[in-house]
Amino acid sequence: MVAASLIALLIGMALLLLRAFIGPTLYDRVLAVNSFGTKTVLALGVLGFVMGRPEFLDIALTYALINFVSTIAILKFFRYRSFQVPLARRSPGGKS
Amino acid sequence: MAYFLGLVLALAGFWLAMSGHTEPLILTLGGVSIVLTAILAYRLDIIDREGAPYVRSFGLLAYYPWLFWEIIKANWVVIKACLKADLDIAPALVKVKTVCGSDLAKVTFANSITLTPGTITVEIEGDKLLVHGLYEQGSQPEAFADMDRRCARAVDGKGAA
Amino acid sequence: MADFLANAHAFWEVARFPAGGFLCLAGALLCLVGTVGVLRFPDVYTRLHAASITDTSGAALLLVGMMFLAPGWLVAAKLVAIGLFLFLTSPTASHALANAAHTAGVQPIIGRVGAGTDETGDA
Repeated sequence: MVAASLIALLIGMALLLLRAFIGPTLYDRVLAVNSFGTKTVLALGVLGFVMGRPEFLDIALTYALINFVSTIAILKFFRYRSFQVPLARRSPGGKS
Repeated sequence: MAYFLGLVLALAGFWLAMSGHTEPLILTLGGVSIVLTAILAYRLDIIDREGAPYVRSFGLLAYYPWLFWEIIKANWVVIKACLKADLDIAPALVKVKTVCGSDLAKVTFANSITLTPGTITVEIEGDKLLVHGLYEQGSQPEAFADMDRRCARAVDGKGAA
Repeated sequence: MADFLANAHAFWEVARFPAGGFLCLAGALLCLVGTVGVLRFPDVYTRLHAASITDTSGAALLLVGMMFLAPGWLVAAKLVAIGLFLFLTSPTASHALANAAHTAGVQPIIGRVGAGTDETGDA
């Protein structure tokens, strides 16, 4: 049953790649990649249980964090065309 | 000070849950990393309610079970919309006014709206939220009033609204 | 009493594998449903709704199912941490995506999208 859920997740990831290829706008592609990342996290966890090595969960945890940061970074880059713009802060000229 | 202790306790718990080793050498390394993180957080000046909300947010413990039930109900609607043979949706953009005062309460409210399938916060400006809903009748401003009140109560305490 | 507890424990040790497997399968199928929604819905904002099925119920069911299968508390704690991160970060990422699309001027489709008119509809 766990192997079947792994296969279902992999099919879902393949279909999401389709959306990432045909997505008419940039945001469709980013959405597909973000959702693909979430599915990758889950698939890594399930893969660990299928192979009987739950240590894979560490990789899944790291991937969850990287996925979030990369989504935000891509969106920020396409909004400002640069990574060096500081995001708006409430109190400019603070201690920072 | 309570925020600082909460941060250290949370870091220690997280470290123990991640490693699971209890040899003296590994524990020392963990202690060093916790101290280093605490110093960095102090230098960044982020040890406040938003940076370390572990000790003053017991209201959230009562709020999240209610939110999970709402998520389950909303999930059912969106799953039906996904699987229906012919596409039958009526997206809408609505403006929702919130009674939440503090930034943390607003963030919790906007996150709750986004976490519930079928509604997404598109923009926050002052105390108005722009919400995109999958069904027009399910995303009228009155539909969010209950969640709004509960958020304000959970985060800002009994005094709010 | 101790006898009953021992029995319950033995039952749990046997029953948790099918129960966990069933929950994992249900979660994976929900992820698949979310993907189908991402492929079918007409514009970015509605696709975000479909993607949030994957992020909430699919992930929750899969993680709870894996917790049933977990061999020890350490693994369960890691699963709880993954669930916590997903629940905190996925709405933030969705909001950032919706906000970026809105700022860039992508107009959402408003009003009823009925049968047979999948790709039409004006902003």
